[in-house]
Amino acid sequence: MNLFEYVRPASIAEAVAAAGEPGSAYLGAGTNLLDLMKGGVSRPSRLIDLTHLPDLGRIETSPDGSTRIGALVKNSALAHDPDFAKRFPAVAEALLSGASAQLRNAATVGGNLMQRTRCSYFADTASACNRREPGSGCDAIGGENRSHAVLGWSDHCIAVHPSDFCVPLAALGAIVEIEGADGRRKVPLTDFHRLPGDTPEKETVLEAGEMIVAVSLPAEAAAFAGHQRYLKVRERTSYAFALASAAAALRIENGTILEARIALGGVATKPWRSQAAEAVLTGAAPGREAFEKAAEAAFAEARPSGDNAYKIELGKRVVARVLAMAAAGTPERMPALPASPFASETGAKAHV
Amino acid sequence: MSDTIETPSGAMPASRTRFGSNSGQPMTRRDGVLKVTGGATFAADNHPEGMLHAVYAAATISRGRVTSLNVDAARAHPGVVEVLTPANRPPLAIDPDTKPYPFAFRTEVLQDDTVRYAGQPIALVVAETLESATEAARLLSPTYDASPARIDFDTVEPFDPQAVGVGSPPTAEKGDVEAGLAQASHRVDARYETPGQYHNAMEPHAIVATWDGDRLTLDTPNQAIVMSTGSFGAWFGIPAENVTIRSPFLGGGFGSKAIIVGPQILTILAAKMLGRPVKLALRRDQMYGPVGHRGATRQEFRLGVDADGHLTALDHLTTAVTSTFEDFIEPASNASHDLYATPALSSRHKAVRLDIGTPGPMRAPGEASGSAALESAIDEAALVAGLDPLEFRLRNYAETDPASGKPFSAKALRECYAEGAERFGWSKRPLEPRQMRDEAGRLVGWGMGTALFPASMFQANATATLRADGTALVETAGADMGQGAWTALHQIAADGLGLDIGSVEFRSGHSGLPDGGIAGGSGHTATAGNALHAAGTDVIAKLADLATNDENSPLFGAGNVGVEARDGRLYRADDPDRSQSYGEILARAGLAEIEGAGQGGRDPASAEERAMFSHGAVFAEVTIDPDLGQIRVTRLVGAFAAGRIVNPRLATSQLYGGMIWGIGFALHEEAVHDKRSGRIMNANLAEYRVPVNADVPAMDVILVDEHDPHVNPLGIKGVGEIGITGTVGAIANAIWHATGVRFRRFPINIVDLLEGAAAR
Repeated sequence: MNLFEYVRPASIAEAVAAAGEPGSAYLGAGTNLLDLMKGGVSRPSRLIDLTHLPDLGRIETSPDGSTRIGALVKNSALAHDPDFAKRFPAVAEALLSGASAQLRNAATVGGNLMQRTRCSYFADTASACNRREPGSGCDAIGGENRSHAVLGWSDHCIAVHPSDFCVPLAALGAIVEIEGADGRRKVPLTDFHRLPGDTPEKETVLEAGEMIVAVSLPAEAAAFAGHQRYLKVRERTSYAFALASAAAALRIENGTILEARIALGGVATKPWRSQAAEAVLTGAAPGREAFEKAAEAAFAEARPSGDNAYKIELGKRVVARVLAMAAAGTPERMPALPASPFASETGAKAHV
Repeated sequence: MSDTIETPSGAMPASRTRFGSNSGQPMTRRDGVLKVTGGATFAADNHPEGMLHAVYAAATISRGRVTSLNVDAARAHPGVVEVLTPANRPPLAIDPDTKPYPFAFRTEVLQDDTVRYAGQPIALVVAETLESATEAARLLSPTYDASPARIDFDTVEPFDPQAVGVGSPPTAEKGDVEAGLAQASHRVDARYETPGQYHNAMEPHAIVATWDGDRLTLDTPNQAIVMSTGSFGAWFGIPAENVTIRSPFLGGGFGSKAIIVGPQILTILAAKMLGRPVKLALRRDQMYGPVGHRGATRQEFRLGVDADGHLTALDHLTTAVTSTFEDFIEPASNASHDLYATPALSSRHKAVRLDIGTPGPMRAPGEASGSAALESAIDEAALVAGLDPLEFRLRNYAETDPASGKPFSAKALRECYAEGAERFGWSKRPLEPRQMRDEAGRLVGWGMGTALFPASMFQANATATLRADGTALVETAGADMGQGAWTALHQIAADGLGLDIGSVEFRSGHSGLPDGGIAGGSGHTATAGNALHAAGTDVIAKLADLATNDENSPLFGAGNVGVEARDGRLYRADDPDRSQSYGEILARAGLAEIEGAGQGGRDPASAEERAMFSHGAVFAEVTIDPDLGQIRVTRLVGAFAAGRIVNPRLATSQLYGGMIWGIGFALHEEAVHDKRSGRIMNANLAEYRVPVNADVPAMDVILVDEHDPHVNPLGIKGVGEIGITGTVGAIANAIWHATGVRFRRFPINIVDLLEGAAAR
């Protein structure tokens, strides 16, 4: 780990001012950043510790009916907030399917959006990685890339965005509140992360010194509460990133889907909302045929970036399944194995 | 008296034990409270005055030479005290490319600029803080003259090894395999693959080295404490008695902490060079290279089966990976020696050399990977014979050891099959695959495997001292790796003395004590336990001598009928009303204490006459989402017969642990190398997956009663490793039963399931 300066600002304004210096990085819980620093992957010269800032740890309902989540709210606190989990059950399910209990108790909402890819070539400083070191190349191409992206990748980067939380957020139209030297602005979550293109090192739209202060879910997102799920296929039952995941949210009336929201995780270079798949479902009758069509639409543009062609078929099946799960209705209680294909329909007896 | 566990930082109160019960009782861990409260002192918790921190730089190429190191940059970093490279590394007393002591492995101690595998230490930085040393190691920015990495198992020409495992012959033949195959009604020809796996003990290898003149004190986790004093001493030209090893607790060993490795030697060397204590603790990623692993294998079987479902021949050929500079050949074919009756048996090994760190013993070395393949192959043989897998195994039940023809010292495998099958509900299993679904429509399959592990023993010594107050001290340098040696050995020792465990102080985990042997080969409890028990009975014999010759003792003259020792008193064997307390006997004799000594080891005559094994049967249920390829082991039942069970709670826990390793072997664990660089790309606990709690829904262990009068005086076998064997095959066989597709490459993963379903 390199030597660095540690700054503990007392206000957001102080934080933003401190972060204007090149080489600065914001520190939340550090569940990702500190690991990267220990491995020499991230080498900030100044850490700005946000964890002592006031007012960023609240979950509140705004006058317009939207739900505003402070950037320092812990993953587990949000997932276990009864009111939040009732209004946005797929978000809670996604949170509880991520990382481990210990990490969820520490990790923050803002940090989740800012987490880096788990591409092993990004983490291995001896490998070429355009995301870590612009222009150095991409050793994931032609390497061990079974878990890499089939959507949104470029010849410069094929790494997957690892977040579970961001997937239902993308589906439900979440808004990211950002504060910088020029004041506050709002960006839809689907525009917050950038595609790698030929500048994979630019992962988000944040400008130098800008910080996330909150994430909001609009009032209309709560209308999907009765039919929303998150499904995650992974290589062990907990503490593993998704090979393929999806969030689905439906508004169903009189046997017709009025509106659908679908986003994908584990298969794309950013949290991936599929409006093409949503369009297929609008006005359709919920059922296998419609769900499989939507799945096809979601992956219409997908192509393997290496030994990962299986992800296209698997991803389609995940979409079709999560739609069926959402159509069946949100379970009254959180399943014992959140987001697992083994989460039982009722939430009972999934884990003996 | 105080019930304490000696640790390097002083005596700490042990957790409360349950009294009035010794061997056979399910006592809780004596060190349990220390462990869950952070009171247990592991090696890296030691911080002697003036201690420095060492971090080594690891090679990022797999083959070639280091052409430069920026030593100036590293030295200039604040806090750095010294940088060791091949250019300035002080001499060692032995050549690291020789094998001058038992269990020696050739290792890297900066002897030259050669790189033999990725992850090899190429320089050591010593600094005032860990952070300083870490950053300075990075600043070394090595450059290399790299050659292409030879990392692909299947592209390298195999050779015939001289030996496999630790000195075992590479081949064994009995009968005429070709003739057996020729006369078979059914054949199975199958090839299985197992990957490189890493021990991943929770506690990384750590060492704190402190010199005082030519005397060396090491705080380091070690599975063979006394033997290792000589090995460490050899590197520095000092006798074993000058080396003290303190190893009260190991945070898991699994075979990787029985072997002395380069990073330890370099740390000791740095401490000597700088005249200050030095600590080194490996980072998690550094556990993938210089400290051993389970080598990958390819295993080919040829099985012949006659019309009645009896084996006519069994041929098991393993090709195992080793490094370019040392041989440790996973002896997987040996798993076929001692299990199924067959008139013709052949086991053979070949090996390939890759640019990797040397493999080594890892929990059930040979047995685990051999059993994974053998139990799969046996299941395939049952299928071609049209028999239920349990029925097939019973038809091929070995009444004598197939390889040697010797009788078994004891073998309750039939009982294991019966009790395990009953508990699992095996009789309801449909013969055909794909017949069972759960309420959600997921595929369900049932499979089984036989578990087998040798009842090894080493050599151990112990002493017992009975004091005038009726309490006792027992001592042996045992190693508690988490398996519960602090508790189980203590129980046995108390029984030897006829005392309640609360009256017996147990000292262990320190090289100054009598040699407790090796905590390995599942033989520690048997070996050190018999030594401790014998030490106690030696004391009792001396005590009985005093009492029966003392004309004022109620036991006077009882020499011929004998005495019994229990609850701190000697009783006349034929008259329980005549007794005397230990304290009274000592007082009357005017003695402050009586000392006794004992040894543990296998009786050579007995070993010559009989084959000695623990046995078991494992039954697995898997549930599989057929569209998504997600697998879950929903039930595991294991029934094991392992002689006398000293502590059923700890033995069950050990067997759970082994079976969970079986889940990891079957479904999760695999080191993934980049084929171009040779580097392991998942050298961390997030991506090298071991099972988590959520992967282990329901486990059931049955301890099957077995009396073995031949293995050792106490009839103790081992339970440390057997749980892995049987389990891997049981899970693979259950996956076949669920899907109708046979997967022959471990671990079996989601992509396999998806592709297997597509190919069906």
